[in-house]
Amino acid sequence: MVEHESAIALPTTAAHPFVSTKFEQLKLRRERTYKYLFLGMAIMLVVPVLAILAFLTIKAWPSLTWSFISSNPANGMTAGGIWAPLFGTFLLVLCSLLIAAPVGVLAGVYLNEYARDNWGTRIINLAVVNLAGVPSIVHGLFGLGAFVYFAQMRKSLIAASCTVAVMTLPVIIASTKEALAAVPMAFRVACWNMGASRWQTIRTIVLPNSISGILTGVILQVSRAAGETAPILFTGVAFYINMDQGFALDEKFMALSFHLFTISKQVQNVPESIQYGTAVVLIGLVLVVNSASIAFRIYLRNRKKW
Amino acid sequence: MQHEPAKHETTTADTVADYAIQTSDLSLWYGDFQALDNIALRIKKGIITGLIGPSGCGKTTLLRCFNRINERYGNVTTTGEIKILDTNIYGDDVSTRQLRRRVGMVFQRPNPLPISIYENILFGIRVHSQPNEFSREKKDELVTAALREVKLWDAVKDNLYQRATQLTLEQQQKLCIARLLPLKPEIILMDEPCSALDAEGVERIESLIESMRGDYTIVIVTHNMAQARRTTDECIFMLLGELIEHSKTSSMFLNPQHNKTEMYIQGRYG
Repeated sequence: MVEHESAIALPTTAAHPFVSTKFEQLKLRRERTYKYLFLGMAIMLVVPVLAILAFLTIKAWPSLTWSFISSNPANGMTAGGIWAPLFGTFLLVLCSLLIAAPVGVLAGVYLNEYARDNWGTRIINLAVVNLAGVPSIVHGLFGLGAFVYFAQMRKSLIAASCTVAVMTLPVIIASTKEALAAVPMAFRVACWNMGASRWQTIRTIVLPNSISGILTGVILQVSRAAGETAPILFTGVAFYINMDQGFALDEKFMALSFHLFTISKQVQNVPESIQYGTAVVLIGLVLVVNSASIAFRIYLRNRKKW
Repeated sequence: MQHEPAKHETTTADTVADYAIQTSDLSLWYGDFQALDNIALRIKKGIITGLIGPSGCGKTTLLRCFNRINERYGNVTTTGEIKILDTNIYGDDVSTRQLRRRVGMVFQRPNPLPISIYENILFGIRVHSQPNEFSREKKDELVTAALREVKLWDAVKDNLYQRATQLTLEQQQKLCIARLLPLKPEIILMDEPCSALDAEGVERIESLIESMRGDYTIVIVTHNMAQARRTTDECIFMLLGELIEHSKTSSMFLNPQHNKTEMYIQGRYG
């Protein structure tokens, strides 16, 4: 209580009017304490990432060679490399983004540039938000019903790609909208007042100035498409595919995430270093793509025109 | 199409063709809020008309009616009639794109597009023409003429491919006026074009506006009474969405007809 009083009362005995009060010093001490507490929390974020990476890399070290990446699983998965699942994951990511990126970006353009604020737009926005919250296993079951059976795609690369595309779509729409909304309204107003149509405005001014944000949003979905297992589980991933027959859109495929599951739980006698090696490649792939997207965003941001 | 700069010198403009903008019973609502109330006015061709009044009186809203850009701001209802160059702009066969081409707008905050100076000037004709419709020489000619007309040519002639957003605010505002010119506008609407500029910038933009008198019909919104007095030929005083008084600038400032106009230009409120 004394401290509170001294906070209000002006010091009467002090040498000059700006002498620090006890109350103030107490506050400063607390501030320092909390600052270090917050710093500790921030550091704790880094620890698990480094620990997981170090642990995985050490365990996987004996297997991490170029031939591990470039050769196919052999001897009933107990030997060889991970080329087939790695390439399968690559194709899955590529196909799903080829479907999701155009749909998502164009939907984002419509919602941010054309749509008026009415109940129809609100329902679409609500649907986007809710779609983002659907668990991935539910996406997998939806894909099974919608693409594998109803659209008669069978369990295939294309069915799995469509399923993953549906899963990544809401985030692409949201990031596109955000990137477009960051373009100052004054640019659009300037164009409209010269008689430019909405599309001319979007094509010549809005898109060139938001493309970095849009692409970052799309690229970040690569890591999600590569990592998720549940959506492809029922829609096209295979236990084993002989790579010699090649890949086809309407065939099943192998993927890293599911491969990691099979060699860890389904197959006996797989050397530990192969299991950890697969995990390292998967996590490495995600990290590389994320870093690339960050670097790309910085590059484009530096070129920004206003 | 033909300007008759001599006409505005006489106050009596009797024939319809002497008016660039005419409205009758013009009312406008943003949702439930009525921003304009039965505006009837006639703005003469080739002169500079000032729109004055306290904030929120509907000056900018009225300005935005003249090229129908209000429609892009959502949830706007307009009733009444607006005739630009003797044509009802709500007519069935009126293209808003062609309307906005002939009725250009300049804003409070200069808003050059984030492209080069050269491309800013050409942006207007690009959106209204086929790709490659203009030769390189023709484009250069248009850019040079527009920049010369706004007295910006000497400052930027060596940096035409510099980003327009790097210019000073005064230069940006000149560029924003210049980029309307290749479109051959009849009417230029200016929404407080000097309020973001320093004193010297204001002076030069004002002298630019004055040099354009006669070639274009200019409607200028301003909060600055001294500026209205210096630059305009006629003034329209608005209050709470209503048109209170429209007269020659000299007579409005010397002998306002309406009590509210007098109080406002004396600085008693607003």
